Amino acid sequence: MANAAGVGKTLTFGEGGTAAALAALAVLSIIITANAWTPEYGFHAFLFFLGSIAGVFAIFSRYHARPAAPVAQEIDGKPNYNMGPVKFATIAAMVWGIAGFLIGVVIAAQLTWPALNFDLQWINFGRMRPLHTSAVIFAFGGNVLLATSFYVVQRTCHARLAGSIAPWFVILGYNFFIVIAGTGYLLGITQGKEYAEPEWYADLWLTVVWVVYLLVFLTTLWKRREPHIYVANWFYLAFIVTIAMLHLGNNATIPVSIYSPKSYIVWSGVQDAMVQWWYGHNAVGFFLTAGFLAIMYYFVPKRADRPVYSYRLSIVHFWALIFLYIWAGPHHLHYTALPDWAQTLGMVFSIILWMPSWGGMINGLMTLEGAWDKLRTDPVLRMMVVSVAFYGMSTFEGPLMSIKAVNSLSHYTDWTIGHVHSGALGWVGYVSFGAIYCLVPWLWNRSRLYSLKLVNWHFWISTIGIVLYISAMWVAGIMQGLMWRAYTALGFLEYSFIETTEAMHGYYAIRTLGGLLFLTGALIMAYNLWMTIRSSELAESAAARPQMVPAE
Amino acid sequence: MSTYETLASFAQTWGLIGFVTLFGTVLVYALKPSNRDRFEQAARVPLERD
Repeated sequence: MANAAGVGKTLTFGEGGTAAALAALAVLSIIITANAWTPEYGFHAFLFFLGSIAGVFAIFSRYHARPAAPVAQEIDGKPNYNMGPVKFATIAAMVWGIAGFLIGVVIAAQLTWPALNFDLQWINFGRMRPLHTSAVIFAFGGNVLLATSFYVVQRTCHARLAGSIAPWFVILGYNFFIVIAGTGYLLGITQGKEYAEPEWYADLWLTVVWVVYLLVFLTTLWKRREPHIYVANWFYLAFIVTIAMLHLGNNATIPVSIYSPKSYIVWSGVQDAMVQWWYGHNAVGFFLTAGFLAIMYYFVPKRADRPVYSYRLSIVHFWALIFLYIWAGPHHLHYTALPDWAQTLGMVFSIILWMPSWGGMINGLMTLEGAWDKLRTDPVLRMMVVSVAFYGMSTFEGPLMSIKAVNSLSHYTDWTIGHVHSGALGWVGYVSFGAIYCLVPWLWNRSRLYSLKLVNWHFWISTIGIVLYISAMWVAGIMQGLMWRAYTALGFLEYSFIETTEAMHGYYAIRTLGGLLFLTGALIMAYNLWMTIRSSELAESAAARPQMVPAE
Repeated sequence: MSTYETLASFAQTWGLIGFVTLFGTVLVYALKPSNRDRFEQAARVPLERD
């Protein structure tokens, strides 16, 4: 090793290369700032300038602080895990989560009481809604996936995370993308595509970050000391690879100018719509499902202290899920200009998808076989098990709604919103909370959480919130669909649009309350985590491996 | 033949056969009795203390 003790400190290729690339980006960004066609875009270019300069400074200050020798891969025969980036992403997930839930409550209130839009373009519903969806899916969910994937891949491979600058580049670069995307929506920069709103320059940045993410993950797998690649890693890998593919396919755009935030997609008409929902549905399938199933396959066995019910089923679950999910997108375009055969194909695959989904749910739930009593005593495990139950429920509801006859009633109504939230709050939210409740004591070497009682409060308050939310949306959505298709004896539409809106007012108020309860639960969680990290009483010696909280 | 027809006929024949064969291989791998020990060990990976 060239950097062995006694030899002078030198910049590694990663440090020097990243610093040089960021410096070049800073120059480019300041040129774009000066020439931008709109002030909003100029602001973003300036953020890129500040971000890349900060990156260069961070790399050099880290270089001056570090010892000359490279970080040991192992200490006393044990892997020297790299948990810094995992800690950052865990905290970021909690911060973004609360922001995202709060914005959700605000826009729910705006729908109930439109005066809350205040006639301001920056905070009206149209701009705040993508801010909410991106904040909860990409900022909260994305950071949970980054944190848990970097944790799980190290633990199950018995190897230190690959790279030194690279993992930090992934975490910080991803969060910078979130800032660009979110501020862009409020300033009116958007491609106007569900879950793919960020414009071309943010997409390019995310592509770079994502490729590095894939490389870090793959290289860590490559270095593994464990012969078998644990199933959770397969799910993480499918999530990373597929999201890369979807992102590139749905953002194949040509910018008007390098000085303009506006771009045009190369696909046209119905092909563009198909590519968008191929992307959109697989964002659900691979971001919100495959990635979080990886969490289920690691954290549920870990917390229950039992191996997964059937490892064989998990292999079949994995392959069946990724074979089928990718074809289900056209069910978002029933009764549109999309060819009929494509609509039917999307419907059929959505229905077949029910099988692997429930296979996975059964595998997760049955992991508790012989340990069901832990549900009574351990609210963290209960949260994760309820999340798997919600997964089963929403993966039953989804295929049902993809049937064309059902979709003719449900599409464009709030039933869809109810469905999405049973998956997002119940499944993704709860499995993430469960994973974070496990991770924080492990990462900060605490013997246990500050208070399991508060976890219990979080669980029940949030659960009541979810139930209020989804039942209000089911009733509102089905009522809305039925009102839209009601005809009078003379063949005229029975209700005007505004009448359906008025009829839903009460349910919108209930939904807002449900969201408020969910947010309250998350605030309790944040307090609990803060106290866990701060408490010195719970601190364990650094040598002791962080153990499970006994669930007695 | 148009590009569409070429791609569609490929997908409907070799694509279908390829995917079904691949999935069949996965099933054989997952269910093969001689892999039992390997999977039982793999299932314990997260529970190992290091």
